[in-house]
Amino acid sequence: MKMQIPLILVFMCGVAMLAQFMIPHEYSEDFFQYANDFVIVIGILALPVGIYSLMSNTVRKAQRDPKERPFALVTIGAYVIMIIGGMKAEWFFSPTSLSTRFFDNILIPAQATLFSMLAFYIASAAYRAFRARTALAAVLLVTAFVVMLRLIPLPEPIATWNNGLVRWILEVPNMAAKRAIVMGVALGGITYSTKILLGIERAYMGGE
Amino acid sequence: MAWYERVLSVDRRLIYAAMGVAVIIPAIFTMHIPVTLSSEVRAVHEFTEEVKDGDILFLAIDFDPSTMAELLPMAEAVMRQVFENDGRLLMSSLSQFGPPMANELITRLAREYGKESGVDFVYLGYKPYPAITILAMGTDFRVPFPLDFYNQPTDELPMMAGVHNFDDVEGVIALCGGNAADMWITYVNAKYGMPVALGVTGVMAADYYQYLQSGQLFGLLPGIKGAAEYEQLTNTTGGEGLRGIPYQTTTHFVVLFFIILTNIAFFAQRSARARMRA
Repeated sequence: MKMQIPLILVFMCGVAMLAQFMIPHEYSEDFFQYANDFVIVIGILALPVGIYSLMSNTVRKAQRDPKERPFALVTIGAYVIMIIGGMKAEWFFSPTSLSTRFFDNILIPAQATLFSMLAFYIASAAYRAFRARTALAAVLLVTAFVVMLRLIPLPEPIATWNNGLVRWILEVPNMAAKRAIVMGVALGGITYSTKILLGIERAYMGGE
Repeated sequence: MAWYERVLSVDRRLIYAAMGVAVIIPAIFTMHIPVTLSSEVRAVHEFTEEVKDGDILFLAIDFDPSTMAELLPMAEAVMRQVFENDGRLLMSSLSQFGPPMANELITRLAREYGKESGVDFVYLGYKPYPAITILAMGTDFRVPFPLDFYNQPTDELPMMAGVHNFDDVEGVIALCGGNAADMWITYVNAKYGMPVALGVTGVMAADYYQYLQSGQLFGLLPGIKGAAEYEQLTNTTGGEGLRGIPYQTTTHFVVLFFIILTNIAFFAQRSARARMRA
């Protein structure tokens, strides 16, 4: 019974959503909206679990390793400050509020810096990885080289010729491979979903 | 140690230093790099040019500060074009850290063009679960957003009179730094049949060319180059897109130089080994 009730629920919900998608009717749209509200409610209920997990992991790490303590302090401190800063809508909108200052002066530079560092890693990785060791590696190397050349000002008519070649690479071989992957993923998704609906795939229930 | 072995085992800090120099050079010296225009960017510009005299364009700001260097210039150029043609903007921001950033931009441009929230633009703000929010907006914008970003009832905003769902806007331009891009294609174009264009980061661009050919996207703004092309088309002076191109060019020069260097050394090593075996 413990196994059967969730399986029946999953089957019923899955079939109902499948039918909803196929029926273009007002009632069907209302039902869809109702189901979506459920997802949001479940998400909100999961939030305290996530917060608890973050906090308990941070505290546990700090207790175990003294080196982790400053980082834990930053995590917990930032969490508490941003919660306080977002308590009132007016504080959130004000350009001089604590949360706006934190957002502008800490979060934006931190995220931008982390993303910018990719350029350095990519340069280093390209130096080590883009070597024409085999025929396939040579194809990858030449393709990457040609695509990157598009971002560099070249004299005419090389620029026009290179742009045409890049466009062809993106629209023919790239697209063929991408479509094959997307189709494969879609078919895999349908198969997996069908198995879940029919109760064959039960890993989501934590076992088997 | 032979020269090629020294080149192949070069300290990575040297590569980082070269990259650092490549980033600093355009900051010191003014460089003008010509930008060639592509048809996918031109298509977005032509579509937006038709949004005028009260027409509404839906602009999705679905990116975080991490990708703002590439995507924020696009957002600014599109907003400027719409406001200059007296079009109106309906905006959402379905990325977690995007809303304040989008708010700063729209507030600044609204002040510059004398536009008013609720009349010339409506900023709906953020809701979690992008797929669900997009689908709900297909029913009515008021369903996921009963209040706009500024806590005003959406239904009472003058611009929203008679505007219910995607059928009431001219099209959608979604600027995405993540997988929300797929959701705009899957739901807004495929399910609701709206014209959709995307602005994405340079590394994401190759993933979305297939949708251009299939007609699911009417245009694409790929990375900082897409932003620069768009700024060139809208005659934006001093835009971040065009300013970013010299940095992109010098860093790509460095990457290409290292790729050539490593391959010369690699082939020299291989032929030396072949000679030794013989």
